[in-house]
Amino acid sequence: MALPLVGFFLLFHYVPMLGLVIAFKDYVISDGLFGSAWVGWDNFARLFSSEDFPKAVRNTLMISVLRLVCGFFTPVILALLLNEVRMAGYKRSIQTLTYLPHFFSWVILGGIFLMIFGGGGPVNSAVKLFGVEPVSFLTDDAAFIAILIVTGIWQGAGWGAIIYLASLSGISPDLYEAAVIDGANRWKQTLHITLPSLVPTMITLFILSLGGIMTAGFDQIYNMYNPLVFNVADIIDTYVLRRLMGLDLSLATAAGMFQGIVGMVLIVGANIFARKISKGEQGVW
Amino acid sequence: MKQSRGEKLFNVANIVVLGGIALLCLYPFLYTLSLSLSSAKEASRDGLHLYPAELSLTSYQMVLTNPNILTGYINTIVRTLLGTTLTLLATCVAAYPLSRREMPHRSLITFLIVFTMLFGGGMVPSYLLMKNLGLINTIWVLVVPGMLSAFNIIIVKNYFQSLPESLTESARIDGAGEWRILFQIYLPLSKPVLATVALWSAVGHWNSWFDALLYITEDRKQVLQTFLQRIVIESSTQMMELGITDAQMQFTSETIKAATIIITILPIIMVYPFIQRHFVKGIMLGGVKE
Repeated sequence: MALPLVGFFLLFHYVPMLGLVIAFKDYVISDGLFGSAWVGWDNFARLFSSEDFPKAVRNTLMISVLRLVCGFFTPVILALLLNEVRMAGYKRSIQTLTYLPHFFSWVILGGIFLMIFGGGGPVNSAVKLFGVEPVSFLTDDAAFIAILIVTGIWQGAGWGAIIYLASLSGISPDLYEAAVIDGANRWKQTLHITLPSLVPTMITLFILSLGGIMTAGFDQIYNMYNPLVFNVADIIDTYVLRRLMGLDLSLATAAGMFQGIVGMVLIVGANIFARKISKGEQGVW
Repeated sequence: MKQSRGEKLFNVANIVVLGGIALLCLYPFLYTLSLSLSSAKEASRDGLHLYPAELSLTSYQMVLTNPNILTGYINTIVRTLLGTTLTLLATCVAAYPLSRREMPHRSLITFLIVFTMLFGGGMVPSYLLMKNLGLINTIWVLVVPGMLSAFNIIIVKNYFQSLPESLTESARIDGAGEWRILFQIYLPLSKPVLATVALWSAVGHWNSWFDALLYITEDRKQVLQTFLQRIVIESSTQMMELGITDAQMQFTSETIKAATIIITILPIIMVYPFIQRHFVKGIMLGGVKE
């Protein structure tokens, strides 16, 4: 019964992994995989001596780190705020609205934000109210990155808060009762009971997000960027796609392989580290 | 218990702040809806556009008579229905043997599956595989490669394992085979987890665009998201590059973009209030560590 299952994963996941040998060949479509010549590490040498690829790696890391620094705690804060709401109906409605953006593709969201931040959009209408000239948010390097980060948080925070709210509902009420008897106010309770009980979940989610550091949110960037901000917004995935479209398949494969391996090393390494310092109590697996 | 003044103040501030956050989440959709219902002239006016000032259905007329949009809509509905059905069937058939203790090489197979969450061949080898399998420009390329995911298999497997062992044993004594146990005993008991997998899969298919961009080159087989992408994103990128800032020209197309977006998200918006709690349930199921 498990044979088709194994067959499926071998065909659609492990055969492409074998296909990574293209990264070590000078792949010519007409010669096929076996007919193309081996070139060793040449493609990787070509990648790192080019101008575009190191820049794409830098941009990827830059965007990912900014996302983590600015956005990692947003779902935690949102969950804490929601947890303090005593009116169940209000809490539920707010929650439902905050994770709404999670259900739409970046084709849709990107389209909406291009209008909102565009030359005649509402954000620029507001800017004009202050007597300032309209700002080209989408073509200015710094403004574009800021918009990426902010809209990324906007899309993911509500959904991210769900998992923290689940951990919060698992905290024993005894702890709070004991704290009240000891004279702890709500702020003290949050600081000494609620937050510490979220730490294991935060560690798990942090490890998982390290795995995504090399991707930096391709869906969002591809649907929002334009050639004027390539300098800061061209990431590894957009680079790979461009090489693929340009039929430079060996270079594209090498770039993708580099990305995949670094991503895997990051997540596995972070997990080992988390297990080590917590003596095996923390970690994703 | 009596609340202190500081506590009352915090409660009010908290409710206001959260209300503001919820409005921020809603506003972009409200803006798009309002723009889609406005005349081009009204749409080009400065402002927040919380409601359409001069009601006009012209944009919808133009979008709905666009043959590409209709083709895309049909293709997206087909891929969503077919893809969700395949995902459900395949996930159950895959999760069942993995949930059985007597299954040989169970941990090896589980590792093989979970490893694909960590590493993959990437864009180019996958593209070449689809090409060699002759799947380019067929509906199958959109529904088959993604029908089994490690994540779905694991949550359904965990759910199966939570069902009492005695059910299988008594069914076996009554002479039921494995398929019968799966379809007549396990599946009816697993409705909550299957609903979650089905909904995730359906929304995923509705929103999916990258596979279609890569693997579908013929317009008559293309999906809605790709046509939306052409109308919404490519046109504004072109305008930015050309430096077109002429408000009138820009806003004729802005209302059309907005109408296309609304038409694309309408099915999700309509079912969202009824299904969102299943999604939330699903994220909890997924959080269960093995």
